[in-house]
Amino acid sequence: MKKSMKKLLSLAMAIALAASLTACGSGKTSETTAAGEKAASGESSGAAASGEGSFKIGGIGPITGSTAIYGQAVMRGAELAIEEINADGGINGAQIVYNFQDDENDTEKAVNAYNTLKDWGMQMLVGTVTSAPCIAVGAESSNDNIFQLTPSGSAVDCAKFENQFRVCFSDPNQGAASAQYIGENKLATKVAIIYDSSDVYSSGIHDKFLSEAANQGIEIVSDEAFTADNNTNFSVQLQKAQDSGAELVFLPIYYSQAALILAQAKQMGYEPQFFGCDGLDGLLTVENFDTSLAENVMLLTPFAADAKDELTQKFVTTFKEKYGETPNQFAADGYDAVYAIKAAAEKAAITADMDASAICDALKTSMTEISVNGLTGENMKWSKDGEPDKAPKAVKIVNGVYTAM
Amino acid sequence: MMSFISYFINGLSLGSVYAIIALGYTMVYGIAKMLNFAHGDVIMIGGYVVFTVVSTMGLGPVAGILLAVILCTVLGVVIEGVAYRPLRMASPLAVLITAIGVSYLLQNIALLVFGSNPKSFTSVVTVPALKLLQGKLIISGETIVTIISCIIIMIGLTMFIKKTRAGQAMLAVSEDKGAAQLMGINVDGTIALTFAIGSALAAVAGALLCSAYPTLTPYTGSMPGIKAFVAAVFGGIGSIPGAFIGGLLLGVIENLSKAYISSQLSDAIVFGVLIVVLLVKPTGILGKKINEKV
Repeated sequence: MKKSMKKLLSLAMAIALAASLTACGSGKTSETTAAGEKAASGESSGAAASGEGSFKIGGIGPITGSTAIYGQAVMRGAELAIEEINADGGINGAQIVYNFQDDENDTEKAVNAYNTLKDWGMQMLVGTVTSAPCIAVGAESSNDNIFQLTPSGSAVDCAKFENQFRVCFSDPNQGAASAQYIGENKLATKVAIIYDSSDVYSSGIHDKFLSEAANQGIEIVSDEAFTADNNTNFSVQLQKAQDSGAELVFLPIYYSQAALILAQAKQMGYEPQFFGCDGLDGLLTVENFDTSLAENVMLLTPFAADAKDELTQKFVTTFKEKYGETPNQFAADGYDAVYAIKAAAEKAAITADMDASAICDALKTSMTEISVNGLTGENMKWSKDGEPDKAPKAVKIVNGVYTAM
Repeated sequence: MMSFISYFINGLSLGSVYAIIALGYTMVYGIAKMLNFAHGDVIMIGGYVVFTVVSTMGLGPVAGILLAVILCTVLGVVIEGVAYRPLRMASPLAVLITAIGVSYLLQNIALLVFGSNPKSFTSVVTVPALKLLQGKLIISGETIVTIISCIIIMIGLTMFIKKTRAGQAMLAVSEDKGAAQLMGINVDGTIALTFAIGSALAAVAGALLCSAYPTLTPYTGSMPGIKAFVAAVFGGIGSIPGAFIGGLLLGVIENLSKAYISSQLSDAIVFGVLIVVLLVKPTGILGKKINEKV
């Protein structure tokens, strides 16, 4: 009797498990369909504005899934830019049609999305939004010779091929940019670093920061690492920073560890200037985080929604009106990406009837000749290897919100 | 010298967290003779329960810990009944693999329910930090509470095992399951009780771990769990005072090697020390030598 009960129980559990699995599965399908519809409707509204001979710009990014916030921001930022350009007469007299596809931050889905866009007749690609899909799509786009400009793919390999450019700084270049910012703004001369040596993003920034620090007259007084397996106790690293007399602690790490470091520094009574890169973006969104711990923390981010310049103000107001939320740096990256394409397209005087490969060849050269005043930097220029050249911008957290410096 | 003392104290506070987790490990191993690798994840669940009660529902920390203790106890008994009991006669390896499976199951359930975003844990400890030498040395309230809890739990467990019938039954089961059953001891019940106590300890450990290192993710319990297992082996697995000493030593060694050797190699050094200790004393610092009966 007991044995049969047990069998019954395990059967019941197996059924419950199967049921929960199918439930997950069906949930996912409906999500994808919804995203598909969204993209499709985006396309139709774009198509309505187009006539004969219009540029077809594709976009790829996660608009569902755990990184949806990035993809949606880029999609909307780019959409806003395209509407402005279209209202203003388009690129070289031709309107832009825009089609944004979801990749759920998945490399395979990103390549599928890319193929969908290619069938649609895409001439230029704004995307992809996240690094891993961007690398996967890059292999395809370079084969097809289609111009690709990623707004926010920051991994080094996102601009590996000749047809690839990016709007954001690459991961390691954030290190150089941070050192320049600290040096030029005389934030500190004695700097301590705490970084994650087991993470390519963190150690990449760290290495570049070290080499650039020497040029900026910054003295690295303490350089301590941690690893993914040992990332909760930072008492030693912080104490070494404190003992070495560092005025600024550079944190090229992600926000979840930074939240712990800030809490532990406060426990020790250590209050240096903390400075981080875009990995810290998200610090204020940690659930239940005491934002007073992050007071005065500075981070290198290309965009602050409360910056006072006219371009940012106009962008933020329109974005809020249209989507009901404050744009983040990804939206700004998407917006700048479209304007960069416009500038390069006008420089090369391309026309809408050219095929994608010819457009790519023309843009590859003209991208390196333009200078764009965007939301994420003034006088942005691009080098032949696809990297942007712009002055780094930083924000400071004051009263729990980002404040432009 | 000053900084050495400070590193040492920080090591103690890290070690006290290892110790409290190791107590649960060693307790279950000592009685049931199985490594419950899901222990770290029960700790994580305990952390989430406290977080939900205190930060989301707005009740006090005491209510949070009580509820976490109750839920974790139930969880421990359920895990034991569903995952480990059917394998009582199977090889220890099968049970070990099941335990790893349960560990992943708990992590993924937490991932599904609470999401992957880290949550910032509000400390349940209200004891103020102890400041010595004009504030140059700071012993945090969490450290004090953790060490005191460890000592109370250690004494409580020892008394329980020595003085109560249920405790005696546990000892008997750990010596010889078959003989214990013949003597009229309910072996399944005793092992379930062991898991209940172990998991209740895990809930307390979860609250203290998350208070000391206040971020909570579905993976919060896994690395401290492994370190605490090492601490338990270090002190002599199955020995309750051994877990306490092993935990403290591990924390101090880890912090000092971070400070004076390399912050990246500290884990390697910790495990290296473990190997040396086990070579010299295979049963750990306080481990009993077991004579094989012929």
